[in-house]
Amino acid sequence: MMKLKKGKLLIDQHNKNYMYGKKFGGNYVPETLKKPIEDLTNLFEKLRYNKKFLNERDYYFKNYVGVPTPFFKLNNLTKHLGGAQIWCKQVSKANGGAHKIYNATVHALLCKRAKKKYIIGDTGAGYAGKMLSMAAKKFGLKCKIFMGTKDIVRQAVNCRAMRKNGAEIVPVNSGSRTLVDAVSECMRYWVSNNDTTSMCVGSTVGPNIFIKICAWSTAQISRELIVQVKKEFGKVPKKLKLINCIGGGSSAMGFWNEFIDYDKNQVELIGVEAGGPKDSKRHAAPLTNGAKIGVLHGALQYVIQDAEGQIEETESISAGLDYPGVSPLHCLLKDSKRARYTSATDEEALAAFKLISKLEKVRPSLEPAHAFAEAIKIAPRLNKDTIIAVNSCGDAKKDMNIIKKRLGCSL
Amino acid sequence: MRPSNIALAFKKCKQENRPALLTYTVSGDPNKKKSFEILKAISSYADICEIGVGHNCNTGDGKQIQDSTYRAIKNGIKINDTFAIVKKFKKTKNAKPCILMGYYNSVFQYGENRFIKKCKQFGVDGLIVVDLPWPENKNFSKKCKKNSINFVQLVSPTTSSYRMKRIINDSHDMIYYISMLSTTGGKLKVSPKEILENYNKIKKINKSKNLVIGFGITIKTISSLTKADGLVVGSALCKKISDSIKNRQNPVTNIGNMVKNLKRKLYA
Ligand SMILES: Cc1ncc(COP(=O)(O)O)c(C=O)c1O
Repeated sequence: MMKLKKGKLLIDQHNKNYMYGKKFGGNYVPETLKKPIEDLTNLFEKLRYNKKFLNERDYYFKNYVGVPTPFFKLNNLTKHLGGAQIWCKQVSKANGGAHKIYNATVHALLCKRAKKKYIIGDTGAGYAGKMLSMAAKKFGLKCKIFMGTKDIVRQAVNCRAMRKNGAEIVPVNSGSRTLVDAVSECMRYWVSNNDTTSMCVGSTVGPNIFIKICAWSTAQISRELIVQVKKEFGKVPKKLKLINCIGGGSSAMGFWNEFIDYDKNQVELIGVEAGGPKDSKRHAAPLTNGAKIGVLHGALQYVIQDAEGQIEETESISAGLDYPGVSPLHCLLKDSKRARYTSATDEEALAAFKLISKLEKVRPSLEPAHAFAEAIKIAPRLNKDTIIAVNSCGDAKKDMNIIKKRLGCSL
Repeated sequence: MRPSNIALAFKKCKQENRPALLTYTVSGDPNKKKSFEILKAISSYADICEIGVGHNCNTGDGKQIQDSTYRAIKNGIKINDTFAIVKKFKKTKNAKPCILMGYYNSVFQYGENRFIKKCKQFGVDGLIVVDLPWPENKNFSKKCKKNSINFVQLVSPTTSSYRMKRIINDSHDMIYYISMLSTTGGKLKVSPKEILENYNKIKKINKSKNLVIGFGITIKTISSLTKADGLVVGSALCKKISDSIKNRQNPVTNIGNMVKNLKRKLYA
């Protein structure tokens, strides 16, 4: 079994070939990207220990992103389920409405340091694109967002925001016309334009350095959370469960980072992938359903593919989770058994959204609704000393139309 | 040791005082049968045939090769079909050395050793794995060499001089120079003069290696680059196949003619 090292950040637990547990990650990229990746790696590895840069990051996190995001108990939901206490870390209160703002801000800062004027990124749910367009505007960069045409239609609210911020949306019409194709096309654009342009990958996927930068950025979430937890309970509770949805896995990495060294009997990490429509086999749950290891977007990972290694199409009501691969970091957490992964169907996510909207003031988007679905499933059989914390990492405004259509109710 | 078919092909071109012509078409495009016929039509003029093993989430291909890739996958191409095509092609009269060009996940899922064994068995002469750069390719390229298969290293305008020396050192008979910052199929955005300047710098490091130039080469630009050891034309051919289908013409004849014309330009 794979073993994790204590006292060392998960992102740094790779060998000299950038492999985690010798099996996941790496840099499987065309030769042309070797140099820009090396440049970005050198820049980031220098800046992440640089006081001035850290102060700058913290300044913008505080004054631009808005920290800390709230942490509170969902009293009505807890009472309704009659088991474990359910708490919400409302990351969707961050500027822009989702956790994607942390990675986008850091990439914009790095882009400035690299003296590049253009920045590109991929997006599925549209939050990664929206946040990058915001950060680009704030820091005076020109921005292009690659997005599948299926997602452009279903996440139109975020597209409007991107355009308002002056970003150009490049529609991607190949393959499944979703996030996976957007990432491919964005990387191809970077192959051709890396002399003038910085790339931001929207989640903890891609060549190693992008995984690192993203997880390092979202880690802000758990730095806040551990303080908030200790304040509420006096210490880290004996039974704490941190539940997070998993697309590429950036929000979960951010939510869990400070808690990885805790014993799993004390702090359980639960990742919830997209199970897709109830009767569909085209789930986006590579960790839950035992997908094989393969290369996607420059890294070895569990990925949904056929026997020939062609990446298979997935289907999920939530554009942000609709991705056939998953971060090598989560592959490592799975194989070392530090985290547990499961999935929720479209229907379960919708039902969770409905229940929470009825009982509480929070309006999680369809991605975190998957995490809430798991919380709702397990809470009743746990006792009230168990604390379940769910990362509500996105706001439902972008999903209004889908929810109206499927549930017949508005927000 | 006996020189490889690839080395022999370059030698023959040198004697004819011209660069080698390398073609790239995607295996199974537009379907299995036609892609074999296309190879046959090409083989009277080309010196080396690169055969694409398409991948649907590639990170290096532009629109033209992507279109060919999706068409081939849709029409059911499998890796074993590609091996069968190579085997059949190798038995034809004008057969040329074959290089399979693709992405690492195809090899990884097939199994590195099994893949190499099949290559050897069916007469594949070389491999290009676009997303298996140096030093990640060290082990695999050694395995290829042991089995008399050329592993073709790629170098690009962004390759640092440190890497360049080591890559060339670890290379076999042929090295592929990517002409510019681009995926396949971009327009030539730097001048042939600049490409050749870079080319000469690389060539100087080890004159005995056959260095070919690829990416963005078309019938319009090929004659300005004839100083190279070899020139690769790919996207222009893939586009020709797409256009032929669109215009209800026979892609086999059209590709045959195009490669014939490309070849003529090399003697100019
Ligand atoms: C709100 C929200 N949650 C989750 C995700 C999934 O990404 P990740 O797993 O990287 O957090 C997305 C992606 O777009 C998102 O917008």
